[in-house]
Amino acid sequence: MQLTLGPVLYYWPRATAMAFYEAVASSAIDRVYLGETVCTKRRELTVQDYLRLADELQQAGKEVVLSTLALISDRAELDQLEPLLTSGVLIEANDLGVVQRCHELGRPFVAGPALNVYNIDTLQVLLESGMVRWVPPVELPRRQLALLLSQAEERGLRQRFEVELFGWGYLPLAYSARCFTARSENRPKDRCEKCCINYPQGRVVTAQDGTDLLRLNGIQTQSAKRANLLPELDSWRGAIDGVRLSLSEPDTTIIAAAAAQRQTPSAWPLTDDECNGYWLGEAGMQRLELA
Amino acid sequence: MELLCPAGALPALKAAIDNGADAVYIGLKDDTNARHFAGLNFSGPRLREAVDYAHRGGRKVHVAINTFAQADHAGRWGQAVDVAVEAGADALIVADLGVLADLHRRYPQQEVHLSVQASATNAAAIRFYHERFGIKRVVLPRVLALKQVAQLAQSSPVALEVFAFGSLCIMAEGRCYLSSYLTGESPNTVGACSPARFVDWREDGEVLESRLNGVVIDRFAKGESAGYPTLCKGRYRVDGQLFHTFEEPTSLNTIEVLPQLMAMGIVSVKIEGRQRSPAYVAAVTKVWRNAIDRCRRDSSSFAPLATESAALDHVAEGYQTTLGAYHRAWQ
Repeated sequence: MQLTLGPVLYYWPRATAMAFYEAVASSAIDRVYLGETVCTKRRELTVQDYLRLADELQQAGKEVVLSTLALISDRAELDQLEPLLTSGVLIEANDLGVVQRCHELGRPFVAGPALNVYNIDTLQVLLESGMVRWVPPVELPRRQLALLLSQAEERGLRQRFEVELFGWGYLPLAYSARCFTARSENRPKDRCEKCCINYPQGRVVTAQDGTDLLRLNGIQTQSAKRANLLPELDSWRGAIDGVRLSLSEPDTTIIAAAAAQRQTPSAWPLTDDECNGYWLGEAGMQRLELA
Repeated sequence: MELLCPAGALPALKAAIDNGADAVYIGLKDDTNARHFAGLNFSGPRLREAVDYAHRGGRKVHVAINTFAQADHAGRWGQAVDVAVEAGADALIVADLGVLADLHRRYPQQEVHLSVQASATNAAAIRFYHERFGIKRVVLPRVLALKQVAQLAQSSPVALEVFAFGSLCIMAEGRCYLSSYLTGESPNTVGACSPARFVDWREDGEVLESRLNGVVIDRFAKGESAGYPTLCKGRYRVDGQLFHTFEEPTSLNTIEVLPQLMAMGIVSVKIEGRQRSPAYVAAVTKVWRNAIDRCRRDSSSFAPLATESAALDHVAEGYQTTLGAYHRAWQ
């Protein structure tokens, strides 16, 4: 099973991001997703930076995938992606517009977690468009995933794609035209001054009874709790090809811990700020005992 | 420009037709549509009656089959397609790629509109659906600014429909799991956001509290108007500051930009509210019928009448309206 690093979902200062990827290069991670998936205004790292990082990480023995925007609202945003799409590096599509561009260019793609895939006919449409790997939506329960994979087997499709699970990190839950980080500072989006750089893990939204509920990350809303499916890893060996870690701190400790878990599975109780409800078919925020 | 109005049951459909709707959109009585609420929607003879009533007046019926087919009972979406086609629906409103593929294969002549739940916000995404499934129309998500809608209107290979009035989804439709994060059920999976069976009201002295699956969505002081606890319309704290973190309870109203929408060639304006009463449908349809007719006669001097704005505010969520994402400053 491959250990993979998801795209950094926050806006980190350039020096932080660069130092982080240098540490990633010497970590136990097998595959790295690079790129801005939330907001085109975030330009601490440029397209050239990402392509250079891709090169360096590949030289360090990592497989690299370039992740793309989840919400593409105009032609300019679409055009900005072209250098990535034509770079020759594998692309992760989080919008069907990118799927279409990959198809038009004859390029394979990874279907990212922001694409709505809930049934085998949908998987088949994406396969026919060039999908080589699927990252299921974060709300998909393991029961449905198992069913889909057996249906793929029956149709003789299972060998044509890999499956990578969003296994650790704050869950991306929604996308909007509105920037909620800017709103939380009482700024309109057009004068945001990229204030999200001040919140390297987003801003936590707390209910009036004190429950930490959500997390503002620009136009993206995330869970306040961190999903953690790593305790389950071993039981999915063979069925799933990779597990994704979505880091919220420039610290590679969790990569080493996940690698150790892959090597020697051991009990890993979830903490109070973690959840696994989606995976077990319940409310996403819940923390349940694994059966 | 078509005026497309909502109906959750036959009386609302009749109210829409009788007050000047060109077309009405409805859903079937199961989780195949995004307004899957108890006591709402159509089946069997009622569906036939609805289509007949509309067709007698020369109007159209669109059937929304716009949730995402779930792997363990995906067959239900195919059955819904059969039912809608057999009932004589003029168009089906669909979001799921699998359902679109099945529909295109089995009923290639059926007119299909891409649901807002598919969240197609750019020309390449629209091409994707058009090339594979021959869709005739796209319903645009409520995340685009007016300028972006205009840009799409120029580049889209298919006709565009926009939301004109009603409850405001502030997230890109079909790409919001907030409801399932709290309750396990989302528009994508069961066709309902912040489902009623998870709602709980508690009164504690002077304070009325709304909860969704145990989580406090809002607290209201005595006399304050308390709306349904849709979770993105609640008041939460960010670094100690309490406010409507995502959006105030308010409705979308685009009547003032009607001339621009018309000039762009938008083919249809859609009124939200299949869950609303026949009285709501009648009031909103009447206002929009008059507005469209007036704007068509003379768009340069068009402005909503004070009585029209008042009538729309009266039925709006929180009694206030906004241009939403169409107005860039809202974003």
